[in-house]
Amino acid sequence: MPLTDALRDDILASVPSLRAFAISLCGNSDRADDLVQETLLRALANIDSFQPGSNLPAWLFTILRNLFRSDYRKRRREVEDAEGNYAKTLKTQPAQGAHLEFQEFRAALDKLPQDQREALILVGASGFSYEDAAGICGCAVGTIKSRVNRARSKLAALLYVDGAEDFGPDETVRAVIGSNG
Amino acid sequence: MKDVKSQASRNPAPGKQGSLNAEIQSRIGHQLRAMYDDIVRQGVPERFADLIRKLDVPPNSPQLNNTGDQTTTNNDGRE
Repeated sequence: MPLTDALRDDILASVPSLRAFAISLCGNSDRADDLVQETLLRALANIDSFQPGSNLPAWLFTILRNLFRSDYRKRRREVEDAEGNYAKTLKTQPAQGAHLEFQEFRAALDKLPQDQREALILVGASGFSYEDAAGICGCAVGTIKSRVNRARSKLAALLYVDGAEDFGPDETVRAVIGSNG
Repeated sequence: MKDVKSQASRNPAPGKQGSLNAEIQSRIGHQLRAMYDDIVRQGVPERFADLIRKLDVPPNSPQLNNTGDQTTTNNDGRE
C-alpha cells in the first residue's frame, strides 16, 4: 500500500517497541538504533508489499529480526562483548540495588541461545501472540512455545537456582570489581 | 547441548516446587517487561522522527538536508 499519513504515524508509533526489541537482542544501543534505522528504511522501501489491515508491528519486527540475524553472523564477537553497554541505554538509572539485579538479569538473558531469547522477548515483553511470534521467526507455533519454555527455565536456573548463593552483596561487588580487570 | 539439564528441571515435582517455580516465573516476566518498557518509554528519538518525516517529502524536492533542527545530538564516534 502507498505510504499514507496514517501508515507513517503507525510506523512511528512502532519505533519505541522496535528499539526495545533491538536493544534486547543486541544489548548495545548504538547498534540497536542502527538496526532500527535500517529496518525503517527497508520497510519504507518495501511499503508496497505491506498488506493493508495486516499486523504492522509484526511486519516491522520481522524485518528487524531478519536484519539482525544476517548482521549477527557477521559480528558475533562484538555482540558477545556488548553486555556492559546496556546500562548506558537507560534514561533513568534505577536505584543501585535494583540496578545490580537488573544487570544480572540482562547478563542471564544474554546467555540464552538466540532463538530462545528472541522468542521469550517477543512473547513475554513485546506482547505478541505465539502465532505472531511464530510468523516473525518463521517457525511453527509449537517451536515458539518450546523455545519460550526453555528460555524461562534456563533463566530461572541461572538467576534463582544455580546462582542462588551468589546473590549476596559481597559476591556482586566482587563481580563488578572483577569485571574491570 | 546444555538443554539436557534444563529439560530435567522443566518437569518439577508438583506441590511446593511448582509454586516456587510459578513465583520465579512471575518474577522473570516482571523483570523482562521492566527492562523492555524502560526502553519503550524513551519514545521516538528525533533521529527516527526526522527520517520518517523526510521520506514524506517528494524525492525530487530540494532542501531535504536543510532542517537545521537537530535536537538530539548523536555523537557516534564509532567509525
